[in-house]
Amino acid sequence: MDMTYPHDTHAAEGEFRLASRVVKGHLRQTDLSVPGIHCGGCIRRIEKGLGELPNVAHVRVNLSTRRVALQWHDDAPLPRVVPTLNELGFEAYLVATTSVEGDPVGSELLRAVAVSGFAALNIMALSVSVWLGAADETRDLFHWISALLALPALVYAGRIFFRSAWSSLRHFHTNMDVPISLGLLMAFGMSLYDTMHHGQHAYFDASTTLLFFLLTGRLLDHQMREKARTAIKGLASYAARGANVRQTNGSFAYMPLSDIDAGMELMLAAGERVPVDAVVMTGNSELDQSLITGESLPVAVAPGATLRAGTLNLTGPLTITASAAADASFLAEMMHLMEAAEAGRGPYRRIADRASDLYAPVVHLAALLSFIGWMLINGDVHYAITTAVAVLIITCPCALGLAVPMVQMMAARRLFAERIMIRDGSALERINEIDHIVFDKTGTLTMGHLTLRGADKFSPDTLALAGALGARSNHPCSRAIHQAAADAAAQPAPFDAVREVPGFGVEAEAGGTTWRLGRAEWALSDAATMEPGTYLACNGQPLAHFEFDDMLRPDAREVVRDLTARSIGVEIMSGDGAVPVSRLAEGLGIHHFKAELLPGDKAAGIAKLTSSGHKVMMVGDGLNDAPALVSAYVSMAPASAADVGRNAADFVFLHDSLRAVTSVLDVARQSARLIRQNFALAVLYNAIALPAAVLGYVTPLVAALAMSSSSIIVVANALRLRETPRGPKS
Amino acid sequence: MSGFLYLVPIALVLGVVGLLAFLWALRDGQYEDLEGAAVRILFDDDDHPDQ
Repeated sequence: MDMTYPHDTHAAEGEFRLASRVVKGHLRQTDLSVPGIHCGGCIRRIEKGLGELPNVAHVRVNLSTRRVALQWHDDAPLPRVVPTLNELGFEAYLVATTSVEGDPVGSELLRAVAVSGFAALNIMALSVSVWLGAADETRDLFHWISALLALPALVYAGRIFFRSAWSSLRHFHTNMDVPISLGLLMAFGMSLYDTMHHGQHAYFDASTTLLFFLLTGRLLDHQMREKARTAIKGLASYAARGANVRQTNGSFAYMPLSDIDAGMELMLAAGERVPVDAVVMTGNSELDQSLITGESLPVAVAPGATLRAGTLNLTGPLTITASAAADASFLAEMMHLMEAAEAGRGPYRRIADRASDLYAPVVHLAALLSFIGWMLINGDVHYAITTAVAVLIITCPCALGLAVPMVQMMAARRLFAERIMIRDGSALERINEIDHIVFDKTGTLTMGHLTLRGADKFSPDTLALAGALGARSNHPCSRAIHQAAADAAAQPAPFDAVREVPGFGVEAEAGGTTWRLGRAEWALSDAATMEPGTYLACNGQPLAHFEFDDMLRPDAREVVRDLTARSIGVEIMSGDGAVPVSRLAEGLGIHHFKAELLPGDKAAGIAKLTSSGHKVMMVGDGLNDAPALVSAYVSMAPASAADVGRNAADFVFLHDSLRAVTSVLDVARQSARLIRQNFALAVLYNAIALPAAVLGYVTPLVAALAMSSSSIIVVANALRLRETPRGPKS
Repeated sequence: MSGFLYLVPIALVLGVVGLLAFLWALRDGQYEDLEGAAVRILFDDDDHPDQ
């Protein structure tokens, strides 16, 4: 989807102001997402270019998030930020103020990792001296210092686990955090008791190292999701933020979407999205509805026509009357369908959760049994508790806690390098199970760009003439003709005057003849006998009839063939007419297709497939696909998708090629294999460590060695995912 | 034994200083753009992160 339509300056300024927040006094900050930033040179160009603008106080580019934070003075004219960025060669989108509030969970985790890491390393240094033979007072002193270091770490960093364990216990569940918390607390308590009574062994190092490793796993998991979240948030927003509303005194003022009510009169410039469902009062134009209905050809509108929120006004300015407030518009209807679909879909249990369901009772039981067993054997309470604590610590899912997040983190990095965002680690698990893929047509299998069909059947002169006319308009059909004419490389004819008639076409005069390129009923003097469509006419006589195709997404054919070879069913569900859908399906070799579907039909179609035992993946981009994306088992959307669809999808790909589908399938299969291997390693480790712990052979030294080595093995195994896959790479 | 009395506190204080420095850097936003920091060191002109 092209974003270079001219923007009405007044609306653009209002939007810019709405997206900003007050820093201090008259200083305001606006955040922009600039996906094109990729190197140090970009940073220099943007910071220099924007820094030179009047009233700009401070510019800072963030290369990691591809964002620009701009502070400007409120009490002076607005700086021309977005146009300047466009002149520098960057596309820029405003970021809503709500989405730049940082990441409190992430920084809490990072601080907890830092504190536990500090404690673990220092305690380890002291523990090594004890293991090397420090005895008596020295050992006691070192144990006391260790306790002093471990206590704040446990309170500060451990609360993340205690909180989660407590909330699950309160609801009479157990999760992985219960044995972790129990192990941490009992190890600390036991070691403190032993330190007071001059005991030989203390497990301070084990409990802090455990904390450190487990928090690292959590942090990786969180960062993966956070990175995808900011990347997706940074994409262009396809919902209008507000609109120019007529005030009581007759002037227009830019108002946020939430303040717009039914009955208000709005002004909509060419290139703007329709903010709320509305009716056209005055003006003619054409609307791009592809994101809303899946229709690939623009639709002409005239006074009296109803508009749906989210459609794009292409050629002429319109005055419209809102027929519903934003929260009662088409978008709200989609939200309602999505909620219904979400409720109908069973919750997915992540593989780590399922593993911990099996694991947690085993660990608790083993610890309890070894306590009872040793009580029966020698009746020594202290020894029995020490053994039980050793069992809890050594079986604590250190490797397990890292096994899944580490692999998924590496998978996300691989996909990120291929410009595919993954929103949730569990999607990588789910996608391995799918056996059926449903594609939307417009914008998914196709690019949503029109191309002229059969350009070579027109004479070069006719094409050049039409191309020269088409160059004057931003209408997708005009641009397709202009593009085809540029390929034909013929000389364009000179005109005396050219003007665009919004909603109809382009008109030119040259030496008494009138050329028209546009809709049949406008361009032709005798349109009734001709079939409707786009014509080039000379004084009302038809010269050529143009038809258009939606351009196929790169690699679509190969991907469909590849999926069929993997015996995954392929199907098209589109809101577009039966003719274009069946033509496309034939061209791609897809045998199952449904056309003219309403949004609810798509979701129902997926639900039907699901109930007949299929695991369905939905790939779609439109607002009308959003309910289907939610009801599918796994979902994917291109970056050009509507906001709602993009936020509902598990994967979002930022490049054009449909290869993203097979890349994700490949990476998911590899990571599933590595996760299984990691689980096997963890089980093997426990098969050796658990009996040793039950029998009382595990000293703090053994526990430290076993835990660290198993974690390192699991991490090293996950790192293998970084290798590029064997075989040809796209 | 007497060596510990000053060596251990010194080691711990150094560790705490490191930890506090990290937490300060985190709060100061120095970890917000690691990729950007890597390329900014190559810029010739001074780059003041003034607020």
